[in-house]
Amino acid sequence: MSDLATYNFAYLDEQTKRMIRRAILKAIAIPGYQVPFASREMPMPYGWGTGGVQITASIIGPDDVLKVIDQGADDTTNAVSIRAFFAKVANVAVTTHTHDASIIQTRHRIPEKTLLEGQVLVYQVPIPEPLRFLEPRETETRTMHALEEYGLMHVKLYEDIALNGHIATTYAYPVKVAGRYVMDPSPIPKFDNPKMHLSEALQLFGAGREKRIYAIPPHTAVVSLDFEDHPFEVQTFDRPCALCGAEDVYLDEVILDDKGGRMFVCSDTDHCEERRACGCVGELGVKQEAAE
Amino acid sequence: MAVAADSLTGGFAQPVYDSQAVFRLMMDGMARPGTVKTVATDVGAPAPLGLAAGAIALALCDHDTPVWLTAALQKSAVPGWVSFHSGATITREKAEARFAFIEAGTALPSFGLFASGTQEYPDRSATLVIEVAALDDGKALTLSGPGIAATRGMRVKGLPDGFTGQWTMNRALFPRGVDVVLTAGDRFLCLPRTVLITLAEG
Repeated sequence: MSDLATYNFAYLDEQTKRMIRRAILKAIAIPGYQVPFASREMPMPYGWGTGGVQITASIIGPDDVLKVIDQGADDTTNAVSIRAFFAKVANVAVTTHTHDASIIQTRHRIPEKTLLEGQVLVYQVPIPEPLRFLEPRETETRTMHALEEYGLMHVKLYEDIALNGHIATTYAYPVKVAGRYVMDPSPIPKFDNPKMHLSEALQLFGAGREKRIYAIPPHTAVVSLDFEDHPFEVQTFDRPCALCGAEDVYLDEVILDDKGGRMFVCSDTDHCEERRACGCVGELGVKQEAAE
Repeated sequence: MAVAADSLTGGFAQPVYDSQAVFRLMMDGMARPGTVKTVATDVGAPAPLGLAAGAIALALCDHDTPVWLTAALQKSAVPGWVSFHSGATITREKAEARFAFIEAGTALPSFGLFASGTQEYPDRSATLVIEVAALDDGKALTLSGPGIAATRGMRVKGLPDGFTGQWTMNRALFPRGVDVVLTAGDRFLCLPRTVLITLAEG
């Protein structure tokens, strides 16, 4: 043990944590504004959630309970390895239950259960700039944010309607935070956008490669951009979850065989498991007592 | 000048955990403006710097953050204490400061003299830590804005003269502006620049 490298609590050194903490405080004070920060190398590649990991490492304390999800699932590679990382470097309790967690780090989903006061949702963000694919120059997009010049984003949504008859953006759907900044909610499905609006939980966004932190305080208006004659709509599914029978949840398609068999199941694995534990069962599900 | 002995005393007993705890109170306070937080660890800040103000200084300041102090704080052991424990440099230029500490009963400097960021980079702004007499007594004010469901009441005793007027002007600058922390002994509350402050009715 003694010849192994030892790390500070939660991996990051204290000066880095202070720098990130100051960025988080300014991000909360200016909802939706992207605060530049000096992103560090983490022991995982950019694109694996280094922004979210640095935020979690800077806010986590020994009493926190951490949940990590990847596309809603607690048991995928990214979620398992980040959870194991913090269990190791911060020795914190980890959970898969949404309501037991004080910090939830997420990649591209918001849990189905309504988040509570005191919880913190940390998003991993690949491209924090919502205008980046419309205007590649950082100097220009920064000026556009400064002048609140978001016409280009509406033109993009309008072109969607002109080409497809409806707004074809289905994930990373742009939102306006507290009536001022247009923000990229990270590539969550637009199904999850309404959950950000007036949420009880604090939402923090970290982009490690792009070196930006932004935030939505609790009880803050988050409005998805739309038009009067083409109002914002979320995806709908024509069937319930095959395992737990849940409706009004976001579903993943799972291929069952090479003959076209497929099923649609809850993307939020914790939500699905809890429903099945309560006796809910879908068309392809097995009743819990029988399964044991 | 000899370093005063009380510049070297105090500090966090457990710097890693204590600074995390203070930061989490601060993060929660900024996210829910007007909620009163209590700092549990005594950092032994020299008078007239309060306990909460001292803890905030040690949790957030370092060599990247010039600190501005009022004339009274400048004359006390506070500059040495802040520099020794956090490594922050003390500046006399308000516009350079990222953090400013103002003890109770002092005339409030104009917010406009502190960095309020630019329209492109509104985060490059100062955080003012202002000591007041009490946070559970005195003038009743009503807060609203992001982080507050409808409105939240706040009571402040010893709020510096002209604070609410300066705050209104500060808020009009949004997204630029300074952020304020009101401290009273071991208690504090946060007022991010988004908050609207009105006098409570009745």
